[in-house]
Amino acid sequence: MSEVQLSLHIPEPLRRPGERADFSHLRIPPAGALARPPVDAPAGELHELAYGLIRVLDEEGHAVGAWQPAASPDTLCRGLRAMLLTRAFDERMSRAQRQGRTSFYLKSRGEEAVACAQALALEPDDMCFASYRQPGLLIARGYPLVEMMNQVFSNARDPLKGRQLPVLYSSRRHGFFTLSANVATQYCQAVGWAMASAYRGDHRIASAWVGEGSTAEGDFHHVLTFAAVYRAPVVLNIVNNQWAISSFAGLAGAETAPFAARAIGYGLPGLRVDGNDFLAVLAATAWASARARANLGATVIELFTYRAESHSSSDDPSKYRPADEPQAWPLGDPIERLRRHLGRSGALSDAQFEALRQETDAAVREAAREAEAIGTLGKSRADPATLFEDVFEQPDWRLVEQARRLAPRE
Amino acid sequence: MARMSMVQALNSALDVMLARDPDVLVFGEDVGYFGGVFRVTEGLQRKHGRRRCFDAPIAEGGIVAAAIGMAAYGLRPVVEIQFADYILPAYDQLVSEAARIRYRSAGEFHVPLVVRAPYGGGVFGGQTHSQSPEAIFAHVAGLKTVIPSNPYDAKGLLISAILDQDPVVFFEPKRLYGGPFDGHHDRPLTAWAQHPGGEVPEDFYTIPLGQAAIARPGNELTVLAYGTMVHVALAAVAESGLDAEVIDLRTLVPLDIEAVTCSVRRTGRCVIVHEAPRTGGFGAELCALIEERCFEYLEAPTERVAGFDTPYPHAFEWDYFPGPHRVVEAMRRVLGE
Repeated sequence: MSEVQLSLHIPEPLRRPGERADFSHLRIPPAGALARPPVDAPAGELHELAYGLIRVLDEEGHAVGAWQPAASPDTLCRGLRAMLLTRAFDERMSRAQRQGRTSFYLKSRGEEAVACAQALALEPDDMCFASYRQPGLLIARGYPLVEMMNQVFSNARDPLKGRQLPVLYSSRRHGFFTLSANVATQYCQAVGWAMASAYRGDHRIASAWVGEGSTAEGDFHHVLTFAAVYRAPVVLNIVNNQWAISSFAGLAGAETAPFAARAIGYGLPGLRVDGNDFLAVLAATAWASARARANLGATVIELFTYRAESHSSSDDPSKYRPADEPQAWPLGDPIERLRRHLGRSGALSDAQFEALRQETDAAVREAAREAEAIGTLGKSRADPATLFEDVFEQPDWRLVEQARRLAPRE
Repeated sequence: MARMSMVQALNSALDVMLARDPDVLVFGEDVGYFGGVFRVTEGLQRKHGRRRCFDAPIAEGGIVAAAIGMAAYGLRPVVEIQFADYILPAYDQLVSEAARIRYRSAGEFHVPLVVRAPYGGGVFGGQTHSQSPEAIFAHVAGLKTVIPSNPYDAKGLLISAILDQDPVVFFEPKRLYGGPFDGHHDRPLTAWAQHPGGEVPEDFYTIPLGQAAIARPGNELTVLAYGTMVHVALAAVAESGLDAEVIDLRTLVPLDIEAVTCSVRRTGRCVIVHEAPRTGGFGAELCALIEERCFEYLEAPTERVAGFDTPYPHAFEWDYFPGPHRVVEAMRRVLGE
């Protein structure tokens, strides 16, 4: 008989509220440590990239090592502007939610580099199957802020006619597939879209995002299987922001292996990237995108970052994690790090940064004024009769009858 | 006019559409080289190429999710779920995604895809190869649900489903693949070649979704059925000598409400027949619609003949299956006999 008595392991984060945050268990390799293999390297030779951490920006803001992206200072400034807009947008809409102007909001603070750098690394007509925490994709692609706010307010000009919860955007024009709040359900759709692009001999690729928590869904396994089997031209991102509402990444399996290493068993390249390092995110995404476009199939990218605020306006992280965790996060803030880099390289002075910040704040303020003038939730909305539209291409008799039963507008 | 089994008619529909539209593609478990466990896709890969008709990993959720992505891109995927019993891993994709993409994107995106699945009992398939899950799809806003009862309809309806701009769940009564099975499991099966429904044009034609067919006109009562139960109902009518009108609904969503109400108002009596369990079955919806729309014309309470509220049993298949005898009893009760 065995001497060992079995015991059940229930993962638990190192620190809880009332304790000081501690990230000393994280191994953060220095920037520039990893080699950048050619995009046609066999996946079997890339395992180090799944277990390491691709970093470009060092502590002083210098870009170092093989993963430095071929991006002009202008491009980086555009990226910085998109991040600033995203942060200002989040702040403004979050405040509007607290003031009762909409029902719900969800911020991406601390993770702006993920969406904003990836938008720059993809072509504008590549299709994004995002999760709800990548508004930066739309902002970086130039989706008008007013339209986004109209969606958040579900007002009369809401492009989605008041049907979707705030932040569940859709814009075909900006290559942004209609969002679902069901996690991971859209991940495999990206593979299908990419398969279709390959079927047609198109040049476009797809890209998809899930949180680290959602990798536990069965869909995640379908995705990697289908992507590998059909060599679909798709970039599969896992945004590891450490928290899935109150569940720490360990509950999705982070204690045993990094999420990027999930790719290895499927024979796909997995890149683990400092998600708060704009240059590293840009470079890794460009690598994966070039690989997909060369018909070499899918890449999994884990973006190692930190959810600096609550899951959503309905959540209170002080109930489950130390209050000082956001400050203790060892990979810093993506905006500050890119700003320091651009300052160091002489591309952006402090004064220019300040001007950029004021310009983006003003753009958000102006857009908010415009959207609020159209109306906020409950004050302005699409014609209720439109709620029967778009169920099918043509409504059937049930919808026609039910539309007649709708109370006439006051 | 050719003579086709339902399998051949479905194969012909896919063949015609693959030839007609380069955006149509067909995939699923075992559907490529092998041609499907029921042979519905036999020869399609050979004729149209591996790119147009191919095998998929055993992951129903992944198959439907990939099809949604393809349809959003602009293709018209037709996927096979090997048995309707295995469609549930794809239910999330159909309900939470396919059904709502047009609506939630305010028409920016739509997903014209067809999910084919053999369904229903009578093949000694036990609980894992016999179920009739149509009600849980008909319940979902944004999905269409189609169930043919003969080869001619199967081809015309499948082509319409492929041409449709919205997601369609297409259930194929597998007991009808080879012939018009009428519930008499102890008698030899007539082949479709001997049945008028087995006369199928080789070329393109459509049967619109949302139009029921009168399988047998009659005056004494109305029997509403679809799939295999159409033939069971016809057998019951023939054997009872009653003058019942048998309506083959053909599509549950959109439902041909006119055909239902016209017939029931005229006869004043109705029996609804389906294989699926009684509770919450599509018969309950039909019953409610008849109550709402035909109440003052009714001479008797509407009866449902359905599967029992048990899982589908293997050795007790013919006790469970609502055969002609149960339909005759229900018709006589509704007629007050």
